[in-house]
Amino acid sequence: MATLFEKLWNSHIVTTEENRDLLYIDRHYIHEVTSPQAFSGIKMAGRKIRRPDRIFATMDHNVPTTAQERLDFLDPQAKLQVETLAENCKNFGIELAEMGTANNGIVHIVGPEMGLSYPGQTIVCGDSHTATHGAFANLAFGIGTSEVEHVFATQTLWQTRPKTLGIKLTGKLDGGVSAKDVILKLIAENGVAFGTGYALEFYGEAVEKMSMDERMTMCNMAIEAGAKYGMVAYDMHTKAYLENTEKAASLVKNAEIESYFQTLKTDDEAEFDKIISLDLMGLAPQITWGTNPGQGIAIDGIVPTLTDSDTLSAYEYMDVHGGMSAMDFPVDYIFIGSCTNGRLSDLIEGAKYLRGRRVADGVRAIVVPGSEKTRMLAEEKGIAKLYTDAGFEWRLPGCSACLGMNTDQIPAGMHCISTSNRNFVGRQGYKARTHLASVQTAVLAAVHGKIVDVRKEQL
Amino acid sequence: MATVYSGKTVGFMPDNIDTDQIIPKNYLKSIEKTGFGTFAFAEWRYDEKGVEIADFPFNQVQNKEATILITGENFGCGSSREHAAWALQELGLHVIIAGSYSDIFFNNWLNCGHWAIIAPKEVRIELAKEQQFLTVDLKAQVITVGAIDYPITLVEGSYLKMQREGDFISEAEAYSQAIDSYENK
Repeated sequence: MATLFEKLWNSHIVTTEENRDLLYIDRHYIHEVTSPQAFSGIKMAGRKIRRPDRIFATMDHNVPTTAQERLDFLDPQAKLQVETLAENCKNFGIELAEMGTANNGIVHIVGPEMGLSYPGQTIVCGDSHTATHGAFANLAFGIGTSEVEHVFATQTLWQTRPKTLGIKLTGKLDGGVSAKDVILKLIAENGVAFGTGYALEFYGEAVEKMSMDERMTMCNMAIEAGAKYGMVAYDMHTKAYLENTEKAASLVKNAEIESYFQTLKTDDEAEFDKIISLDLMGLAPQITWGTNPGQGIAIDGIVPTLTDSDTLSAYEYMDVHGGMSAMDFPVDYIFIGSCTNGRLSDLIEGAKYLRGRRVADGVRAIVVPGSEKTRMLAEEKGIAKLYTDAGFEWRLPGCSACLGMNTDQIPAGMHCISTSNRNFVGRQGYKARTHLASVQTAVLAAVHGKIVDVRKEQL
Repeated sequence: MATVYSGKTVGFMPDNIDTDQIIPKNYLKSIEKTGFGTFAFAEWRYDEKGVEIADFPFNQVQNKEATILITGENFGCGSSREHAAWALQELGLHVIIAGSYSDIFFNNWLNCGHWAIIAPKEVRIELAKEQQFLTVDLKAQVITVGAIDYPITLVEGSYLKMQREGDFISEAEAYSQAIDSYENK
């Protein structure tokens, strides 16, 4: 009897030493920002890349998101990073989705879309949001550049086995309340480090009903709870999703492989080291007021009154105060996108709340689809037009204003209602003020020019 | 292999110092491992004109030679960027004493050849009050200031990593036959 985590971990052990296991890595995603030094390290040490066939590369973190900016590409450093990735991939024989090509986009969106993140794998990437792929019953985790180099050379990593934390979700969400609100609530309630040293598994009747996109949104933000790993068991939703992917359709049609996938769940008798339960019935939409993802409240709630120095600096940075209503947060910018909420279903869900309305005066709103495929499908289905007709800017795919490495930054002092994952000081721009929320909340904030409770919005 | 290290401290005690603070994204565009130190903690360390803010701990003259950082809980949370470790090592740091660490930053820092240890909050608050010259003894699990010993703890499995000399990739390459047979099974 074993947990999903134990099954995935144990089946990838190459060898064991005291306190650590050498894990085989099935899939390695890379991007332009955290890979160049690893390639240099490999070259300097005269090593080879052991399995270039297990690596997939995309450009996402610093790519421009307007056609003109891509043409000009005026940032010489960003341009050099992108060119360096292309050159390294060419030299080492690694599949690369360059800007503008069909499989390009945010690494955590294109991996699942292509079907590369199929169940039962160990998946790593030099990016902390790699747990996203755990939604497909994988052991997926973020690594640093030294570890990227280690995987290049050996296709393995030394890891210390974490403990397991089951997150049991029961009850039904009210209309318009989303998986994003669930993960924000978990972090607000349990803090930004409750998952440190743990592998999270989301389970329970509410998870079983969630789509793969919703599961990815929750696993994506495991790191915001301190956990490197987040995962969900394989089930019919996983299978249905994979059937529509290029790389994994044949796997789920293969009876032997599919019956192995069916085993990728926590056995009834297996025990987690710790369990947290949350009933989703009556859960309010969530929004952050401070400078870490744990500083969040219900949308109909008020900012807590605290006097510790970390809270006081957060008040000052965000220009909020204890007792302030979330409905009174100013709305200057809207960012819809990122590996958390930049998928087609997010854009479709958000569009329902446009209802022919326009972005409010004084608000600037941008939509950045998570991938080329998302962009093309949204354009074909007329979703993009709903946004542009409403006055949103419709961009090309990339990480964009989630981390503001390119020019998509929020100006100093401005408040941004953002569907991304981090509200750290300066994250979206120098002195930018980020409020994390769902797509539904972000769209409503755009059209109303203020924070609105989606539950009061009749569809 | 060294198990003892001595140096001067710098105290900077907020909890949840994330890697976006340690090295803001504007400075992640380099393809090298060097050149990040100047930009470490940039948003706290410099004003809008790029002038050093005098009372920020890393700008104070007495802290310029510090090699040991005393800090809060959940240090290094957020982004996996190893650029944060490269920036801190360029500031001259070798040892971090925190209440707890983000898992990814912790690995990055040790993989760069540095030490990260855990000390109780009251000890850190006491030691962070002013600059200390302290000695860390990994084996005895104590830090010593003058005649006083304070207890520390090590993250599980980290003692050997902090003893590492040279290239950590070679430790896995020693198992290349096991990797081959895993691939062929």
